[in-house]
Amino acid sequence: MAYDKFNILTSTAVPLPIENVDTDQIIPARFLKAIERKGFGDNLFRDWRYNSDNTPKESFVLNNPIYSGKILVGGKNFGSGSSREHAAWAVYDYGFRCVVSSFFADIFRNNCLNVGVLPVQVSAEFLEKILRAIEADPKAEIEVDLPEQRITILGSGEQESFEINDYKKANMLNGFDDIDFLLNIKDGIREFAADRPL
Amino acid sequence: MKKTLFDKVWDSHVVQRIENGPDVLFIDRHMVHEVTSPVAFLGIKTRGIRVMYPEKTFATADHNTPTINQHLPVEDPLSAKQLKMLEENANEYGISYWGLGHEKNGIVHVVGPEYGITLPGATIVCGDSHTSTHGAFGAIAFGIGTSEVEMVLASQCIMQTKPKSMRINVEGQLNFGVTPKDVALYIISQLTTSGATGYFVEYAGEVFREMTMEGRMTVCNLSIEMGARGGMIAPDEKTIAYVRGREFTPKEAEWDKAKAYWDTLYTEEGAQFDKEITFDAANIEPMITYGTNPGMGIGISNGIPMAEVVEGGVATYRKSLQYMNFSEGDSMKGKEIDFVFLGSCTNGRIEDFRAFTSIVKGRKKADNVTAWLVPGSHKVEAAIKEEGLLAILETAGFELREPGCSACLAMNEDKIPAGKYAVSTSNRNFEGRQGPGARTLLASPLVAAAAAVTGKVTDPRELMEEMAVN
Ligand code: SF4
Repeated sequence: MAYDKFNILTSTAVPLPIENVDTDQIIPARFLKAIERKGFGDNLFRDWRYNSDNTPKESFVLNNPIYSGKILVGGKNFGSGSSREHAAWAVYDYGFRCVVSSFFADIFRNNCLNVGVLPVQVSAEFLEKILRAIEADPKAEIEVDLPEQRITILGSGEQESFEINDYKKANMLNGFDDIDFLLNIKDGIREFAADRPL
Repeated sequence: MKKTLFDKVWDSHVVQRIENGPDVLFIDRHMVHEVTSPVAFLGIKTRGIRVMYPEKTFATADHNTPTINQHLPVEDPLSAKQLKMLEENANEYGISYWGLGHEKNGIVHVVGPEYGITLPGATIVCGDSHTSTHGAFGAIAFGIGTSEVEMVLASQCIMQTKPKSMRINVEGQLNFGVTPKDVALYIISQLTTSGATGYFVEYAGEVFREMTMEGRMTVCNLSIEMGARGGMIAPDEKTIAYVRGREFTPKEAEWDKAKAYWDTLYTEEGAQFDKEITFDAANIEPMITYGTNPGMGIGISNGIPMAEVVEGGVATYRKSLQYMNFSEGDSMKGKEIDFVFLGSCTNGRIEDFRAFTSIVKGRKKADNVTAWLVPGSHKVEAAIKEEGLLAILETAGFELREPGCSACLAMNEDKIPAGKYAVSTSNRNFEGRQGPGARTLLASPLVAAAAAVTGKVTDPRELMEEMAVN
């Protein structure tokens, strides 16, 4: 599915410094019944965000008007648990384009890259710095520069580089997805398949 | 260079290598279910393309199907819609479809092996993270996201970076009352839920060699809970005996060709792993979890660890205990429980029902316990009846439900109510996993059975010793 191109993102950020945030928290299973990729943002972090009577929980960060922006800053081991891509859709649909953490669960990271959310893995120390900067000033801006693979806290100028493989980087920069690539090599795939023992 | 089992299977499936990018990996078997496939089918429809190899994709309905009255229309309109979409998509693209009420219906990771869709040396994917189950046969099997489901439908390939390799050895003999589930929960408790992230695991050593195929499936199933992409066990005679003669297993000349390939599937002496860990089976006792991730597990006779000794954030740890309404230092034994769930792709196979029944036999279900016994498939359900287990279960006050994922992820009606405790043989104890506010204690079928008859967390060995004496 095509998504917006990603180049340089400058935005305020929303802090969620909790470890092991699993995909059941990001989008609980009962919201996976859609047959289209629409409206998942409303249920992002549903059970942390709303009481059982659907009133917002004021203590949760997404309900705190002083925080906003396109960058979500999470704790270590973000996105563990199920393979539901709905978690990445919910993050995207809510309006986030980038998730920063000191460690990502594998499938979630892949899913993000496939739907146009950039997972940026930073050191634990740099994560702390970002969180402290946001704590000191909720309007602190963060710059995520994909071409340069660099994340910067604009106020202090502190920065760190991050990794992404060239192929995925090119996809994100151009808004391409893997299927475009695969459809182009179909003949090669057919040839390969003819020879399989199974 | 000496090759690992994982290298052999992976490398032989690479259609193309992209420099400084992922491999294009050919997929032999693709399983789909109603929840993670509709958007993928919609995707290929929008692109105006067909499924490239419909005979390599298999559809079953399991995630949100009811586990009672399956002959009646599904009540929840959204679930009904997803199920209908799966049927329509399967029909439109010529994919075999085992829907609700079909004799082969069941949980995707239970029916795959039962019908020989799961084979050694294959690459197997499904939009469900517990696809790692199929690694028990020496397959590379892992969960994928919906975009990747679409890739497989469109091209029978996905783009994947080759993970690092890890070997986990468990040597020695398992103690009395210790099951494959305990082995897996023990390993996860030692490695934490992110300890194997970025790795593909091979399980090796005496314990796995001795293990039945069902047990190996339980262990591989839980690989994802330590963050691993998947886990696998080298195929041996048990594996070959299991797959022989099943409906989709290769036959005659095809079998010989496949068998010749399978005989090459082992890790060569001296092959290097990026990481290797060895555990002693003697240190493992029946396990139970006390927190909100599968790494928060302890031997059943131990107390809940103090926050200071646990790796990671103290605040996160305390938040987790608060959700469970447990305290540091508490003993797990004796905690009152409300529900027991026997089922899921982790422990919903016949061997699990045998283990459960061995404890409840001659006893009665505790009055304070609601028990949901959910077979992983119709085939398991039939075996429970044939082997006489059903009669024993019913005498003890239990009922059997119909197959499906059920309370494993609580997408259907089988939800544990808020605040209630459930001893579950499934795979995840995340907040709200089994229903909003539900509190899950993960354990083996033996521990679940002991809880079901005593109404509290009980060491199954106490009941088993009793049995041995009687
Ligand atoms: S039983 Fe649970 S883990 Fe297994 S396939 Fe169903 S939902 Fe996934």
